[in-house]
Amino acid sequence: MMWIAFGVISWLIGWRANVWLAAQPKSRFTSLAVPVIFGVTVILIWEAVVRGFEVSPVLLPAPSVIAVTFAQSTHILWQDFVQTVIKGALSGYVLGCGSAFLIAIVIDRFPFLQRGLLPVGNFVAALPIVGMAPILVMWFGFDWQSKAAVVVVMVFFPMLVNTVEGLQATDKMQRDLMRTYASSYGQTLLKLRLPAAMPFIFNGLKITTTLALIGAIVAEFFGSPIRGMGFRISTSVGQLALDLVWAEIVVAAIVGSAFYGGVALLEKAMTFWHPSQRG
Amino acid sequence: MRSLLPIFTVVAAIFVIWYGAAVALNTPWAKDQAKRNNVELSFTELVADTWSQKKPKLPAPHQVVAEIWKTTGEMVAKGRAFSKRSLIYHSWITLSATMLGFVMGTGFGILLAIGIVYNRVMDMSVMPWVIASQTIPILAVAPMIIVVLNAVGISGLLPKAMISMYLSFFPVVVGMVKGLRSPDQMQLDQMRTWNATSGQEFWRLRLPSSMPFLFASLKVAMAASLVGAIVGELPTGAVAGLGARLLAGSYYGQTIQIWSALIMAAALAAALVALIGLIQRMTLKKMGMVQ
Repeated sequence: MMWIAFGVISWLIGWRANVWLAAQPKSRFTSLAVPVIFGVTVILIWEAVVRGFEVSPVLLPAPSVIAVTFAQSTHILWQDFVQTVIKGALSGYVLGCGSAFLIAIVIDRFPFLQRGLLPVGNFVAALPIVGMAPILVMWFGFDWQSKAAVVVVMVFFPMLVNTVEGLQATDKMQRDLMRTYASSYGQTLLKLRLPAAMPFIFNGLKITTTLALIGAIVAEFFGSPIRGMGFRISTSVGQLALDLVWAEIVVAAIVGSAFYGGVALLEKAMTFWHPSQRG
Repeated sequence: MRSLLPIFTVVAAIFVIWYGAAVALNTPWAKDQAKRNNVELSFTELVADTWSQKKPKLPAPHQVVAEIWKTTGEMVAKGRAFSKRSLIYHSWITLSATMLGFVMGTGFGILLAIGIVYNRVMDMSVMPWVIASQTIPILAVAPMIIVVLNAVGISGLLPKAMISMYLSFFPVVVGMVKGLRSPDQMQLDQMRTWNATSGQEFWRLRLPSSMPFLFASLKVAMAASLVGAIVGELPTGAVAGLGARLLAGSYYGQTIQIWSALIMAAALAAALVALIGLIQRMTLKKMGMVQ
């Protein structure tokens, strides 16, 4: 009863606080405080509901229990993090995005390839590529190499389509100007077209951060060594150790946000001149 | 039409590479078998063998096509289109979960977008979380949702549809919020000078002008929904559906079965996205937004 009352009270306080804050003139503080209060309120209500109604931990563990599990099993989480994120997702991400970038430049050089490969690339980008996972696991074995391969295949086409689109982002006037300067193909590419393509390239890089993590985690459902986030999630669900599953999900959430945030920061540093960054 | 030849060339090149890779990947096994039987394979025999193995590392395209025909066309001809060995049956299972999840996700997404556009508190508190949640690999939660919902007594279609819904509602929210806000101040002022109620403003200005945004995000949502349904079928222990075919294939090394399920899933995704594209063109044409 106490917990239910606590939940209702925290809901009321959080709600009132947000309504009051939202009515204030918009500032950095309010636009940061409102979502934070919302998030904290959700967690408090979650805690209250689980404790108040005595929900079985097999169904939904309380946030405090998840936090304790997280603190107790940091070595397992770290080991899984290294296996899945550093070895699987990150190496695949670098390889996939790098090769897509290079191939995009080649495609851009030959209009024939462009007209042929772009529709195919667009088509493939919409397909459920995660399904390639069992095949690649079969080819490259259970260790991180197969996960990196899945990530490469998943990030390749979105990155390719974005880069090719970006390389076409210069207008005729700018290219004509480069020609009047008698600049070579390489100079035009380096000094005009690649910088102009940067916003598109970063868009591709940002979209593919989540895809890389999803690819690495899902590929582990099809077979993996006895560590890794996907492995831990699927086996812990089987053992009904949901607190550990939630701890892994917290790790995945933190990694995903940090990965995306890192790329966004890099974008800010490299495309500071672009109108969308100047606001 | 100008791009027809290049596309054809690229597709042909893909098939050539595929056949070549099949030879390269399946050669060790073929040579191994030949050595055991003490026969020397000529080059043509070797190639023929690599394109017709039972459990190849990479099946040749014609093997996959034959498998798909065996599990779809032939089953229909025998009048057993919905037997458990038929790929049509498995595709239908996946498709129904995809569609249910897509409809739920789209409905929920549109409602949430309307709330965000009309309520400042919701905009400020929910929107940042919606955007942040895009960066989280939600698919990782799939096995847990399935098991937990099973424990509560919900099984079958709904858990998979829930995952599809979860994946498909984000693009719809983001697209619809953008779309409902797309009318500019001039248009909103015009509605006001006509003394329009907020209901009229919504139905006659905001909703129609959000349509292009809605369709763009529906395409993304549909593709995501299919991925959700396929991944949702993995942890249930390979009972039915395209995801189950993938898992069963990978357990028993049935590569041809994996590839046929994969091609089926790709065809399904392409058909669904094309269908939305068609509806988009028809709707926008009726609304006079495209010629």
